[in-house]
Amino acid sequence: MSPTAKPPAPRASSGIATWRAEPETAAVQLTDVTFGYDARPVLKGITMTIPRGKIVAIMGGSGCGKTTILRLIGGQLRPQSGEIRVGGLSVPDLDPDALYDLRRKYGMLFQFGALFTDMSVFENIAFPMREHTDLPEELIRDLVLMKLHAVGLRGAAQLMPSELSGGMARRVALARAIALDPMLVMYDEPFAGLDPISLGVVGQLIRRLNDALSITSVLVTHDVYESLKIVDFLYFVSEGRIVASGTPEDVRASHDPFVRQFVDGAPDGPVPFHYPASSYRDELFADAG
Amino acid sequence: MPAELAGGLAYWLRRLGGGVTGAIAQLGYVARFLLAVLWHTPAAFRRIQLTLREIYFSGVLSLVIILMSGLFVGMVLSLQGYETLKRYGADEQLGILVALALVRELGPVIAGLLFASRAGSAITAEIGLMKTTEQLAAMEMMAVNPVARVVAPRFWGGVISMPLLAALFSGFGIFGGYVVGVRLIGIDAGAFWGQMQAGVDFWPDVTNGIIKSVVFGIAVSLIAVFEGFDAKPTAEGVAGATTRTVVISSLAILALDFVMTVFMFRGAASA
Repeated sequence: MSPTAKPPAPRASSGIATWRAEPETAAVQLTDVTFGYDARPVLKGITMTIPRGKIVAIMGGSGCGKTTILRLIGGQLRPQSGEIRVGGLSVPDLDPDALYDLRRKYGMLFQFGALFTDMSVFENIAFPMREHTDLPEELIRDLVLMKLHAVGLRGAAQLMPSELSGGMARRVALARAIALDPMLVMYDEPFAGLDPISLGVVGQLIRRLNDALSITSVLVTHDVYESLKIVDFLYFVSEGRIVASGTPEDVRASHDPFVRQFVDGAPDGPVPFHYPASSYRDELFADAG
Repeated sequence: MPAELAGGLAYWLRRLGGGVTGAIAQLGYVARFLLAVLWHTPAAFRRIQLTLREIYFSGVLSLVIILMSGLFVGMVLSLQGYETLKRYGADEQLGILVALALVRELGPVIAGLLFASRAGSAITAEIGLMKTTEQLAAMEMMAVNPVARVVAPRFWGGVISMPLLAALFSGFGIFGGYVVGVRLIGIDAGAFWGQMQAGVDFWPDVTNGIIKSVVFGIAVSLIAVFEGFDAKPTAEGVAGATTRTVVISSLAILALDFVMTVFMFRGAASA
């Protein structure tokens, strides 16, 4: 259970587990993190380790707090309590300049790409290079074309975002996310709304880029099947807590009710179909009696 | 019954208090936002092409509506002014009436209202949509401050464009007044321009108009960028923010115009 335990290898578990990794091998470490909006708690004591060079998926139903975890890691939100460390640095304690320095080492793929709509594909990928480097224009051009080639869209360099399909936009956003060769890439629902071919392409790109560039990837998704093909470890979040975790093999073999409901796509189970409400009978016959 | 009355009174007092404190808090938030914009202004000006681009979008693309409106306002002003002045045998004073009305008042105010509707609403919608589609969040995650990269250039683009648009509005208005007064009605051209030259002073008439247009430019641009940045990231949120930009900007222009006119007239009277 402890993130400092040995050896640095994933531990199979049918229940709640966390990755075994030495602190120095953890790219991201969350310890007992709580967070809420006003009086509504979202995260209730999340502890997780994301080792360097691995792909870790955070899964759960819509609104369970998955994206909030990414925003906390990115420093866009501050936890109410607990510790968030990225590369050994405590993210909530960083001043704005230090936080921006840290973010230069991040790449992030947003759910719908978040491409700048007034810039071409080329300009979108050149954007972080122009903002943070003094590279000559010829070199920026070559680097942009290399990034686009890596995602198979070199030929689309001059298109505008409005001319791209959903899958292409996601791949361009992926190229932009790795533009500055980050140490950590965060993916917010990378598979949402994609056709089966694009789904496979994006999934394989995430795996290939992670391995080729030796980066660490955090994947927030609710696409079980696609994630199981490419990730090294999964955390399941429900109602602000980690309710299960393990390797893809653990998850496939798991009898944990939550994991089974999620993997099998069952409408009812530990995650109820109905939103909490008063008795159906009482509500229907409220006027009768 | 007195208890009910007291309860009702307390309820309305609470609402009033909540409204007042909410408005003060919002003003404080706007002031902090303005400080952030000013703080990031040097960074924005270092890449002047960003501000020039916004001057093009806010200023150049507003030219048609501003020039056409100025022309028609000047023409109507000339017609109406002639009808009134003729009663007192002062129809040759038409030039001074048209010029003073436009330069002191109508130029800055109407150009400001049109600027709020055309450019202010566009700025709010653009920034609001960038927020809705997570483009601002993407910038933040790329360690690029959206206030420096997106907000400050749009703010200064509006502030710089507005006085120029107001000047062009007044210029085209005077031309419209000339067309109607001299070409259509037949007032002597020499009297029209001569009276105008003698009766309109650079200080205070023209400078007061410039001051007003600069203040309106700051007000409209600040309201537009703030509403866009503060918009709820939904379709309704952006629509509401765009509407608020036009409504609040228009009211702000009219209220500021009154306040500034009071001070400007008092200054002229005491001189």
